[in-house]
Amino acid sequence: MPEPVARTPQSRTQFGYRRHADQDRPSASLAEHPVVVVGAGPVGLSFAIDLAQRGHGVVLLDDADRIGEGSRAICFSKRSLEYWDRLGTGQRMVDKGVVWSVGRIFHGESLLYQFNLLPEDGHKRPAFINLQQFHAEAYLVDRVQELSAIDLRWRNKVAGLEAHNDHVVLTIETPEGGYLMRAAYVVACDGARSSLRQMVGAEFAGKVFEDQFLIADVKMTAEFPTERWFWFDPPFHAGRSALLHKEPDDIWRIDLQLHPDADPAVEKRPENVRPRIARMLGHEKFEFEWISLYKFQCRRMDKFIHGRVIFAGDAAHQVSPFGARGANSGLEDAENLAWKLDRVLRRSSPEALLDSYHAERSAAADENIRESTRSTDFMAPASRQEARLRKAVLSLARETEFGKRMINGGRLSVPSIYDSSLSTADGDTWRGGPRPGASMLDAPVAGDGLAFLTDAFIRGRKRFTLLEFSNGAAADAPDDVGVIRVGGEGGVSDSTGLAGTRYDAEPGTTYLLRPDGYVAARFRHPTSSALDAALARAAGFNRGF
Amino acid sequence: MALSTSSNFAKPDDAFRAVVEAHRGLSDEQSADLDAALVLILANHIGDLDVLVEAIELARRRMVDASLQAQQQQQ
Repeated sequence: MPEPVARTPQSRTQFGYRRHADQDRPSASLAEHPVVVVGAGPVGLSFAIDLAQRGHGVVLLDDADRIGEGSRAICFSKRSLEYWDRLGTGQRMVDKGVVWSVGRIFHGESLLYQFNLLPEDGHKRPAFINLQQFHAEAYLVDRVQELSAIDLRWRNKVAGLEAHNDHVVLTIETPEGGYLMRAAYVVACDGARSSLRQMVGAEFAGKVFEDQFLIADVKMTAEFPTERWFWFDPPFHAGRSALLHKEPDDIWRIDLQLHPDADPAVEKRPENVRPRIARMLGHEKFEFEWISLYKFQCRRMDKFIHGRVIFAGDAAHQVSPFGARGANSGLEDAENLAWKLDRVLRRSSPEALLDSYHAERSAAADENIRESTRSTDFMAPASRQEARLRKAVLSLARETEFGKRMINGGRLSVPSIYDSSLSTADGDTWRGGPRPGASMLDAPVAGDGLAFLTDAFIRGRKRFTLLEFSNGAAADAPDDVGVIRVGGEGGVSDSTGLAGTRYDAEPGTTYLLRPDGYVAARFRHPTSSALDAALARAAGFNRGF
Repeated sequence: MALSTSSNFAKPDDAFRAVVEAHRGLSDEQSADLDAALVLILANHIGDLDVLVEAIELARRRMVDASLQAQQQQQ
């Protein structure tokens, strides 16, 4: 998520501060909460909902009392939509959002390359939707209000943190003064400028990019298709790059790369932004909804877990915005952590299971940083020779396939594949299908009121789930493990054959899915001892993360 | 070692000549542009990252050796 340097005013979604009984407790008997989440952005809200749906009480704190303005993180990935489906907000997001899967890259006035991020049918969710972050947050807040297990406290700012072996004492500031409370776990989703990160004394070093970018949300009616358009050296913005996305409500999001020495105070003025946009659109019939300038860094914390304080989202890692890897990776953090913390809180798994959160998600952060750094370097070459190589790629792209594929205008977020100690290595032969550590794939199914595998997974109540391609006999599922049966009596049917193809399935093929929808293990003909071992491993009963 | 450093052309002089002639009449700036495109075209043709990395290492090692030699001559 870009760090705003300046903003124009805009309507807000306002919430009220309310005094809580915790504030009146004497210091000798502080309120004790199993989980306190700090930061009600997309990551903190989603994480709180996930944990509440798993049966835990959650206190969610935010230092503001409103939802921020501006589109900010606008591109939400298929994976994020599937997660929000599990949280009960996916349909609302998709109904409001602008669905897209095609991107085009231009150099000057000519189209160089076009890509489709989801060229096949048979998925419940599209590759991406564009949706202003404030809409996403508003829908998540609505969902939070439906869940009595979440206690959302606006204008509660964490001012101090005292770490203990098995709990944390937080000092909270409110408009009516301060109070203390205890938390068994604190989950810090308080953004790129995380104050909790400073409180635990963690380093947050990385690469700073000098180039400045200007973002504008522009209101107009236009006939551009719903695609991601990216320009190198466009005629309306010579020598730099530009990006155009459609948002709901006739709003268009425009990102313009500025010169590194551009003066932010001058650049942000609407009278200076207006001519740039007018050149781009070829007319002046538009109004500004929001203007912001940003610079960005690519960096992450060394450790996402500091005792009982766990970091997620931008608080833990920051990437450049090209590739939609900020909010989407934060949501992947939330879904990765929620089921693990659930099991640890229930004492179904050892606390060491949480270490796999750091292992899996810090590797994903490294991947996201690597990908987005490459994109940024391509857009803003650091030397004359880098600029020369880029020029060569752009000119070769006009007549060669390899040149087109080398153009880097942002590689868009896809779920990471975890090289994880929770996974059981393949023992059988596979020609395809998601391997252990990869995210489950969607496919159409029919029967039992279900249309997609992802729906069937949600119905399995977010536990470990066996996805079983029937060979007639129902396999014995261990206790508390959900089953999705494809084919056979009582199973859903794979009428299109896509489920079987996507999972390289034969009769008897069985996938063990983690509660976050990742594959933990897969077998051609599972035995109950092999399944038990894979389950134990996936639940963290295996030292050495 | 994936990179072949044995002589692969029947007539190495012809290959060298082809590259030299491609640069004839170009300014340094144009030559640099040509080389950049040529490197990417050939790298893609090779299509093997290990070979590419070894080639880069060989090219860079030669630069380090040259600068060491220059230092020794100064001493």
